[in-house]
Amino acid sequence: MSVPRKEAMSEPARTPDGPIEADGIRSYYGRPILKEPVWKVPDVPSYLFLGGLAGASASMASVAELTGHRELVRVGRLAAAGGALASVGALIHDLGRPARFLNMLRVFKPTSPLSVGSWILAPFSGLTSASAGAQLTGVLPAAGRLAGGAAGLLGPAMCTYTAVLLSDTAVPSWHEAYPELPFLFGGSALNSAAGAALVGARPCATRPAIRMGLLGSGLELAASSRMERRLGVVGEPYQRGRAGALLTAARALTVAGAVLSVIGRRSRAASAIAGVAYLAAGACTRFGVFRAGVNSARDPRYVVAPQRDRLRGRGGG
Amino acid sequence: MSSVYRLSGLLADPAGEAGYRDDHPERVGFFTDTSVCIGCKACEVACKEWNLVPEQGLDLLGQSYDNTGALGADSWRHVAFIEQRVPDPSVTSSGTDLGMPGIGAPEQPAAAEEGSGMRWLMSSDVCKHCTHAACLDVCPTGSLFRTEFGTVVVQEDICNGCGYCIPACPYGVIGQREGDGRAWKCTLCYDRLGDGLEPACAKACPTDSIQFGDLDELRERADRRLAELHQDGVGEARLYGRDPDDGVGGDGAFFLLLDEPEVYGLPPDPVVTTRDLPAMWKHAAAAAASVAATVVLSFLGRRR
Repeated sequence: MSVPRKEAMSEPARTPDGPIEADGIRSYYGRPILKEPVWKVPDVPSYLFLGGLAGASASMASVAELTGHRELVRVGRLAAAGGALASVGALIHDLGRPARFLNMLRVFKPTSPLSVGSWILAPFSGLTSASAGAQLTGVLPAAGRLAGGAAGLLGPAMCTYTAVLLSDTAVPSWHEAYPELPFLFGGSALNSAAGAALVGARPCATRPAIRMGLLGSGLELAASSRMERRLGVVGEPYQRGRAGALLTAARALTVAGAVLSVIGRRSRAASAIAGVAYLAAGACTRFGVFRAGVNSARDPRYVVAPQRDRLRGRGGG
Repeated sequence: MSSVYRLSGLLADPAGEAGYRDDHPERVGFFTDTSVCIGCKACEVACKEWNLVPEQGLDLLGQSYDNTGALGADSWRHVAFIEQRVPDPSVTSSGTDLGMPGIGAPEQPAAAEEGSGMRWLMSSDVCKHCTHAACLDVCPTGSLFRTEFGTVVVQEDICNGCGYCIPACPYGVIGQREGDGRAWKCTLCYDRLGDGLEPACAKACPTDSIQFGDLDELRERADRRLAELHQDGVGEARLYGRDPDDGVGGDGAFFLLLDEPEVYGLPPDPVVTTRDLPAMWKHAAAAAASVAATVVLSFLGRRR
């Protein structure tokens, strides 16, 4: 069929006509500018969540050790080792070439948060496994205490380096969130560790964990609300679609966990439910943040609009 | 050479900064002058053939003559095709209307006002070999490295497919190869450079739209070409990635474009993500301190 070109051109709906415009943003056929992350779900969001849980649990266990809260030492050490090993497993499983996972320790590169993270995660998982092993077997208790103490010192770094890992990308909603994301992940890690303690310890032993959960929840909620208020257009992916739903669920579960951890503090069952709510909140936070970033990379609008604003601000276009 | 690892800003000699001795070769790159690209895709073919880049299946994208879509693990050159209506009096409807039977409503006057001429933008995109390369900075294994020519190359025997370089690239260049797991991108024909040859795409380009050479010389050549086009009345011509002062410290592969970068699928003002890395670590350290303080605080006070 022969169609004169000018007629085809005069009907925009049928013509794949050069720059696609949406909201005043031009693009190449609406295609993404960035490559979206190839990190697998659930591997990488789980790695983020488990690493946070493990980090805060290790710190909790080492402070509990110093203050004589033996039940929290036990729960903290086990959660730290379990979380760390599962986190390593998720990270290795995500690799395109899992057999080469040791190449992560081939160099130490301060410019790569994943290199720094690997050098935190490797000793941390070894130390937490040693302390948990001492806890379970009763063998070499002094070495276990030492290992647990060292893991406790690495714990806060475990809770927060994953935020830098996400932010140090071109993904707009992750990069622009770099001031708040470590506080969001840190707060979430604290209430995840509190959640593990609420599930694993008797109510008479959990008072410090309850406080830790409340403070962590406050930190997490403050960071997330500040982040979404500040971000403007690249904050949208945190509010929309499945990512928005996950993060709303995370906030609801955090509040539910916090309330229930206080009013149900004398009940084993109520405490355990509060703990599960905290843990679920931590998982929802990581899956939600992860998905929001992927969505922002997919849409050229989130790449072009802020860069155009920046150029206009400099008077360059 | 400065011993400080610079993450952004002006940097005259990335190879020197990476540790090569002062007698390393000049920095090389591409100047892609899209004003003379004819969309033949010889660059795409030559690149695939020389570098043994696997095919990724045949697909008709419905995007003008572009059936490659984007750069990626299996496309190290990508020719973009953009069809635009322009107010060009030399291409009037009476000039091209052969009175052939057609489909649809007759042409509306509004369309004629918008311009009944048409232009076709074609541009061969490639890895930018940034002065400050985010892919290289974030690579945890040292697989990505800076060559003595100032280019950025993946070592396929080191890459463990962690995928970090992929979302780090502000241009969406590097990708993960399916069924292989590792990250792949343009090497600027590192093997050919070592033998004093120009990269396969530049060699194959019939119009010299793709020009290979020492970067300093290419920049001068590009400036001359831009002045020439502006003199000829092509006011929309602009250089992209040429400025060593931009967010990535200038591209090793830069372009002369005839419209805004985003029209070609390029970011208008890319910034290397690691520019902000010191600030990121500061915030993370403050957050880590908050976590530590919170844990300690939780255990203060009355026992039980």
